Amino acid sequence: MSGQRENIGPKRLVVGAHYGFKDWLSQRFTALVMAIFTIVLLVAFLFGQKTGYEGWAGLFAQTWMKILTLVAFACLMYHAWVGMRDIWMDYVKSTALRLSLQMLTIVWLIACLAYAGQTLLKV
Amino acid sequence: MLGTPKSRPVYRNLNLFRDLPSYRLPPAGMVSILHRVSGAALFLMMPFLLYLFDRSLVSEISYTRFQNLFGLWYVKLLLSGLIWAYLHHFVAGIRHLLMDMHYGLGKRQGRRSALMVFAISLPLSALLILKIWGVF
Repeated sequence: MSGQRENIGPKRLVVGAHYGFKDWLSQRFTALVMAIFTIVLLVAFLFGQKTGYEGWAGLFAQTWMKILTLVAFACLMYHAWVGMRDIWMDYVKSTALRLSLQMLTIVWLIACLAYAGQTLLKV
Repeated sequence: MLGTPKSRPVYRNLNLFRDLPSYRLPPAGMVSILHRVSGAALFLMMPFLLYLFDRSLVSEISYTRFQNLFGLWYVKLLLSGLIWAYLHHFVAGIRHLLMDMHYGLGKRQGRRSALMVFAISLPLSALLILKIWGVF
Protein backbone atom coordinates (compact mmCIF):
# COMPACT_ATOMS: atom_id res chain seq x y z
CA MET A 1 0.00 0.00 0.00
CA SER A 2 2.97 2.32 -0.45
CA GLY A 3 1.28 3.89 -3.46
CA GLN A 4 -1.57 5.15 -1.28
CA ARG A 5 0.75 6.72 1.27
CA GLU A 6 2.56 8.69 -1.41
CA ASN A 7 -0.75 10.05 -2.71
CA ILE A 8 -1.21 12.69 0.04
CA GLY A 9 -0.45 16.34 0.53
CA PRO A 10 1.36 18.16 -2.27
CA LYS A 11 2.10 14.80 -3.89
CA ARG A 12 -1.62 14.09 -4.24
CA LEU A 13 -2.50 12.97 -7.73
CA VAL A 14 -5.04 15.44 -9.10
CA VAL A 15 -7.19 14.10 -11.86
CA GLY A 16 -10.01 15.54 -13.92
CA ALA A 17 -10.32 17.58 -17.05
CA HIS A 18 -10.04 20.96 -15.21
CA TYR A 19 -12.95 22.49 -17.08
CA GLY A 20 -15.11 23.08 -14.00
CA PHE A 21 -13.69 26.50 -13.19
CA LYS A 22 -13.26 27.49 -16.82
CA ASP A 23 -16.93 26.69 -17.54
CA TRP A 24 -18.11 28.45 -14.41
CA LEU A 25 -16.17 31.60 -15.28
CA SER A 26 -17.09 31.64 -18.96
CA GLN A 27 -20.76 31.16 -18.15
CA ARG A 28 -20.63 34.27 -15.95
CA PHE A 29 -18.62 36.31 -18.44
CA THR A 30 -20.91 35.44 -21.35
CA ALA A 31 -23.91 36.29 -19.16
CA LEU A 32 -22.42 39.72 -18.55
CA VAL A 33 -21.96 40.35 -22.29
CA MET A 34 -25.57 39.31 -22.97
CA ALA A 35 -26.86 41.53 -20.15
CA ILE A 36 -24.99 44.51 -21.62
CA PHE A 37 -26.41 43.69 -25.07
CA THR A 38 -29.93 43.53 -23.61
CA ILE A 39 -29.52 46.93 -21.99
CA VAL A 40 -28.05 48.50 -25.15
CA LEU A 41 -30.92 47.06 -27.19
CA LEU A 42 -33.49 48.32 -24.70
CA VAL A 43 -32.02 51.84 -24.60
CA ALA A 44 -31.74 52.01 -28.42
CA PHE A 45 -35.30 50.74 -28.76
CA LEU A 46 -36.82 53.08 -26.18
CA PHE A 47 -34.93 56.22 -27.20
CA GLY A 48 -34.75 55.66 -30.97
CA GLN A 49 -35.94 58.51 -33.17
CA LYS A 50 -37.62 56.36 -35.81
CA THR A 51 -40.20 53.71 -35.08
CA GLY A 52 -41.39 50.62 -36.96
CA TYR A 53 -39.26 48.79 -39.52
CA GLU A 54 -37.10 51.83 -40.33
CA GLY A 55 -35.99 52.34 -36.75
CA TRP A 56 -35.53 48.64 -35.99
CA ALA A 57 -33.58 47.76 -39.16
CA GLY A 58 -31.70 51.07 -38.99
CA LEU A 59 -30.35 50.07 -35.61
CA PHE A 60 -29.07 46.71 -36.85
CA ALA A 61 -27.73 48.19 -40.10
CA GLN A 62 -24.95 49.95 -38.20
CA THR A 63 -21.64 48.09 -38.09
CA TRP A 64 -21.10 48.49 -34.33
CA MET A 65 -24.54 46.99 -33.62
CA LYS A 66 -23.92 44.10 -36.02
CA ILE A 67 -20.64 43.31 -34.28
CA LEU A 68 -22.14 43.66 -30.80
CA THR A 69 -25.09 41.46 -31.79
CA LEU A 70 -22.86 38.76 -33.23
CA VAL A 71 -20.61 38.83 -30.15
CA ALA A 72 -23.68 38.60 -27.88
CA PHE A 73 -25.05 35.69 -29.92
CA ALA A 74 -21.71 33.89 -29.83
CA CYS A 75 -21.69 34.36 -26.06
CA LEU A 76 -25.25 33.07 -25.93
CA MET A 77 -24.24 29.86 -27.71
CA TYR A 78 -21.30 29.24 -25.38
CA HIS A 79 -23.45 30.05 -22.35
CA ALA A 80 -26.17 27.67 -23.54
CA TRP A 81 -23.57 24.97 -24.20
CA VAL A 82 -22.33 25.08 -20.59
CA GLY A 83 -25.89 25.06 -19.26
CA MET A 84 -27.20 22.31 -21.51
CA ARG A 85 -24.16 20.16 -20.83
CA ASP A 86 -24.87 20.54 -17.10
CA ILE A 87 -28.46 19.43 -17.69
CA TRP A 88 -27.45 16.37 -19.72
CA MET A 89 -24.78 15.45 -17.14
CA ASP A 90 -27.31 15.71 -14.29
CA TYR A 91 -30.20 13.78 -15.76
CA VAL A 92 -28.97 11.44 -18.50
CA LYS A 93 -27.23 8.42 -16.99
CA SER A 94 -26.52 6.49 -20.20
CA THR A 95 -23.14 7.55 -21.58
CA ALA A 96 -24.07 6.82 -25.18
CA LEU A 97 -27.27 8.84 -24.98
CA ARG A 98 -25.63 11.68 -23.06
CA LEU A 99 -22.77 12.06 -25.52
CA SER A 100 -25.20 11.93 -28.44
CA LEU A 101 -27.30 14.67 -26.86
CA GLN A 102 -24.19 16.75 -26.23
CA MET A 103 -23.12 16.43 -29.85
CA LEU A 104 -26.62 17.35 -31.01
CA THR A 105 -26.48 20.38 -28.71
CA ILE A 106 -23.24 21.56 -30.31
CA VAL A 107 -24.65 21.16 -33.83
CA TRP A 108 -27.89 22.90 -32.77
CA LEU A 109 -26.02 25.88 -31.31
CA ILE A 110 -23.59 26.28 -34.22
CA ALA A 111 -26.53 26.13 -36.65
CA CYS A 112 -28.32 28.81 -34.64
CA LEU A 113 -25.24 31.05 -34.70
CA ALA A 114 -24.81 30.56 -38.47
CA TYR A 115 -28.48 31.45 -39.00
CA ALA A 116 -28.17 34.59 -36.88
CA GLY A 117 -25.00 35.55 -38.75
CA GLN A 118 -26.63 35.35 -42.16
CA THR A 119 -29.60 37.38 -40.85
CA LEU A 120 -27.19 40.15 -39.82
CA LEU A 121 -25.53 40.06 -43.26
CA LYS A 122 -28.88 40.73 -44.93
CA VAL A 123 -29.75 43.88 -42.98
CA MET B 1 -30.67 -8.90 24.08
CA LEU B 2 -30.88 -8.30 20.39
CA GLY B 3 -34.15 -6.76 19.23
CA THR B 4 -35.06 -5.77 15.73
CA PRO B 5 -32.64 -3.08 14.54
CA LYS B 6 -33.97 0.44 14.81
CA SER B 7 -35.01 1.70 11.41
CA ARG B 8 -32.81 4.57 10.32
CA PRO B 9 -33.77 7.33 7.92
CA VAL B 10 -32.74 6.55 4.39
CA TYR B 11 -31.65 9.39 2.15
CA ARG B 12 -32.15 8.94 -1.53
CA ASN B 13 -32.46 11.09 -4.63
CA LEU B 14 -35.73 12.87 -5.31
CA ASN B 15 -38.18 10.90 -7.35
CA LEU B 16 -40.22 12.95 -9.77
CA PHE B 17 -43.48 11.13 -9.09
CA ARG B 18 -43.08 9.96 -5.49
CA ASP B 19 -41.51 13.01 -3.88
CA LEU B 20 -42.14 16.13 -5.87
CA PRO B 21 -45.89 16.53 -5.19
CA SER B 22 -45.21 16.66 -1.45
CA TYR B 23 -41.80 18.31 -1.56
CA ARG B 24 -41.67 21.73 0.13
CA LEU B 25 -39.15 23.51 -2.06
CA PRO B 26 -37.90 26.79 -0.52
CA PRO B 27 -38.06 29.99 -2.64
CA ALA B 28 -34.33 29.75 -3.47
CA GLY B 29 -34.91 26.21 -4.74
CA MET B 30 -37.83 27.40 -6.85
CA VAL B 31 -35.69 30.13 -8.39
CA SER B 32 -32.96 27.59 -9.06
CA ILE B 33 -35.05 24.93 -10.79
CA LEU B 34 -36.96 27.58 -12.75
CA HIS B 35 -33.64 29.07 -13.83
CA ARG B 36 -32.84 25.70 -15.35
CA VAL B 37 -36.30 25.20 -16.85
CA SER B 38 -36.34 28.69 -18.39
CA GLY B 39 -32.84 28.21 -19.79
CA ALA B 40 -33.79 24.90 -21.39
CA ALA B 41 -36.96 26.45 -22.86
CA LEU B 42 -34.99 29.31 -24.38
CA PHE B 43 -32.47 26.81 -25.79
CA LEU B 44 -35.20 24.71 -27.41
CA MET B 45 -37.06 27.71 -28.83
CA MET B 46 -33.91 29.48 -30.04
CA PRO B 47 -34.44 28.69 -33.76
CA PHE B 48 -37.98 30.09 -33.56
CA LEU B 49 -36.79 33.27 -31.85
CA LEU B 50 -34.02 33.67 -34.42
CA TYR B 51 -36.57 33.15 -37.19
CA LEU B 52 -38.67 36.00 -35.75
CA PHE B 53 -35.49 38.11 -35.50
CA ASP B 54 -34.71 37.31 -39.14
CA ARG B 55 -38.21 38.19 -40.38
CA SER B 56 -38.23 41.43 -38.39
CA LEU B 57 -35.03 42.66 -40.04
CA VAL B 58 -34.56 41.44 -43.60
CA SER B 59 -37.05 43.66 -45.47
CA GLU B 60 -40.26 45.61 -45.12
CA ILE B 61 -42.15 42.67 -46.59
CA SER B 62 -40.66 40.25 -44.08
CA TYR B 63 -41.40 42.80 -41.36
CA THR B 64 -45.08 42.68 -42.30
CA ARG B 65 -44.88 38.90 -42.11
CA PHE B 66 -43.31 39.26 -38.66
CA GLN B 67 -46.19 41.48 -37.57
CA ASN B 68 -48.72 38.98 -38.92
CA LEU B 69 -47.00 36.19 -36.97
CA PHE B 70 -47.36 38.31 -33.86
CA GLY B 71 -51.10 38.38 -34.43
CA LEU B 72 -51.51 34.60 -34.14
CA TRP B 73 -52.79 33.50 -30.75
CA TYR B 74 -50.51 30.48 -30.47
CA VAL B 75 -47.44 32.57 -31.33
CA LYS B 76 -48.53 35.03 -28.64
CA LEU B 77 -48.97 32.17 -26.19
CA LEU B 78 -45.52 30.80 -26.97
CA LEU B 79 -43.97 34.26 -26.72
CA SER B 80 -45.76 34.85 -23.40
CA GLY B 81 -43.97 31.81 -22.00
CA LEU B 82 -40.65 32.86 -23.48
CA ILE B 83 -40.99 36.42 -22.15
CA TRP B 84 -41.32 34.97 -18.67
CA ALA B 85 -38.43 32.55 -19.34
CA TYR B 86 -36.15 35.37 -20.48
CA LEU B 87 -36.98 37.67 -17.58
CA HIS B 88 -36.76 34.96 -14.94
CA HIS B 89 -33.45 33.72 -16.34
CA PHE B 90 -32.15 37.31 -16.50
CA VAL B 91 -33.12 38.32 -12.95
CA ALA B 92 -32.15 34.98 -11.39
CA GLY B 93 -28.84 35.25 -13.28
CA ILE B 94 -28.15 38.67 -11.74
CA ARG B 95 -28.84 37.11 -8.32
CA HIS B 96 -26.31 34.42 -9.25
CA LEU B 97 -23.69 37.01 -10.20
CA LEU B 98 -24.23 38.95 -6.97
CA MET B 99 -23.89 35.78 -4.92
CA ASP B 100 -20.69 34.93 -6.81
CA MET B 101 -19.38 38.27 -5.58
CA HIS B 102 -20.35 37.10 -2.05
CA TYR B 103 -23.40 39.32 -1.63
CA GLY B 104 -26.30 37.86 0.31
CA LEU B 105 -24.91 34.39 0.90
CA GLY B 106 -26.72 33.82 4.20
CA LYS B 107 -29.77 31.61 4.54
CA ARG B 108 -32.14 34.48 5.27
CA GLN B 109 -30.66 36.80 2.61
CA GLY B 110 -30.81 33.95 0.10
CA ARG B 111 -34.50 33.51 0.78
CA ARG B 112 -35.10 37.24 0.54
CA SER B 113 -33.25 37.65 -2.74
CA ALA B 114 -35.09 34.62 -4.15
CA LEU B 115 -38.43 36.24 -3.32
CA MET B 116 -37.09 39.46 -4.83
CA VAL B 117 -36.38 37.63 -8.10
CA PHE B 118 -40.07 36.67 -8.31
CA ALA B 119 -41.15 40.15 -7.22
CA ILE B 120 -39.24 41.66 -10.14
CA SER B 121 -39.59 39.06 -12.89
CA LEU B 122 -43.29 38.23 -12.47
CA PRO B 123 -44.78 41.78 -12.64
CA LEU B 124 -42.39 42.67 -15.48
CA SER B 125 -43.46 39.54 -17.40
CA ALA B 126 -47.11 40.29 -16.73
CA LEU B 127 -46.65 43.82 -18.06
CA LEU B 128 -45.00 42.68 -21.32
CA ILE B 129 -47.41 39.77 -21.79
CA LEU B 130 -50.45 42.03 -21.37
CA LYS B 131 -48.79 44.38 -23.87
CA ILE B 132 -48.41 41.73 -26.59
CA TRP B 133 -52.01 40.58 -26.05
CA GLY B 134 -53.04 44.18 -26.66
CA VAL B 135 -54.60 44.83 -23.26
CA PHE B 136 -53.09 48.30 -23.28
